[in-house]
Amino acid sequence: MVRIIAIAVAVAALLLAAWVFFLAWRNRPIGRPVLCGVAVAEALLLAQLVGAIVLVARGRHASEPLTFTLYLVASLVALPLGAWWALGERSRSGTSVLGVAAAVVAVLVQRLHQTWS
Amino acid sequence: MTGPGPDGVAGRQAVDEAMAAEAPAAEAPGVATPGASGGHAVPVAHAVPDMEVDPDAGDGKVHGPGRTLVAVYAVFAVAATSRAVVQILTKFDEAPMAYLLSALAGAVYIVATVGLSRPTALGRRLATGACAAELTGVLTVGTLSVADRGMFPDAAVWSGYGEGYFFLPVVLPVLGLWWLRRASRVAIAAGRDARGLLGEAPESSGGTPGS
Repeated sequence: MVRIIAIAVAVAALLLAAWVFFLAWRNRPIGRPVLCGVAVAEALLLAQLVGAIVLVARGRHASEPLTFTLYLVASLVALPLGAWWALGERSRSGTSVLGVAAAVVAVLVQRLHQTWS
Repeated sequence: MTGPGPDGVAGRQAVDEAMAAEAPAAEAPGVATPGASGGHAVPVAHAVPDMEVDPDAGDGKVHGPGRTLVAVYAVFAVAATSRAVVQILTKFDEAPMAYLLSALAGAVYIVATVGLSRPTALGRRLATGACAAELTGVLTVGTLSVADRGMFPDAAVWSGYGEGYFFLPVVLPVLGLWWLRRASRVAIAAGRDARGLLGEAPESSGGTPGS
């Protein structure tokens, strides 16, 4: 795993989660800034995907390839799903679903790192 | 279970009254609009009601914190099930007990997710059963795994009281049961059990009216 990207993704996801949960606590709906944050985190996740593909192409591989792949896929779909849900239900609980998704991404990235090494 | 007028205007009024009684601070149920930051004249954020006291909520969906709970349960259902499937497919012999238990946990989470997402009496009953099973499972497996590490060579979802999942497996069923109890009370009070309105009722006990 490309360590830098993994750390960046984890930090971005945690910051996003904190931000979104703060909004939920204040009972605010998510707006454009949050969606930009989601886009940044998702871009980092895509960079991580590319990094993983490059590493695998060079002959490296995870100790548990199947698990690794599943985590990678899950980390990519979590934020879009959460954002879709939060936009669909503009309420405190809808917003916190996006927060949950961001927290899940942070955990997934950590697990990704574990399964790689 | 069902009170009078499960579907009619009376039921709806009962809801509104129940809500109004529980949320004196509720001015406008709705998402905070951009201008609503003034709503923080109300000191505690919890005093602001969540928005799902939607009279048209008989749309077959769960609203309020229940929805967040559904999302978390869905994550656990996917995580536990897919992890168990991978483990059973690739290395079943290493720790069959742990992997089968993880699969069972995954199944329980799926039932709980489905039950929680259905705002009907049946859904609540399903979810209550699943949450109870989950709580029993996590406490039993947790205790066994702590008492005898050798019994579970590889971690299951529930081993160590769910330590691999930030102990959420212990917390979730408690939250789930609490939510279900509240939801069924709201439904009974509203007399709309059959149709199942699960609108969010604001924190009933802690609400500081008139503050």
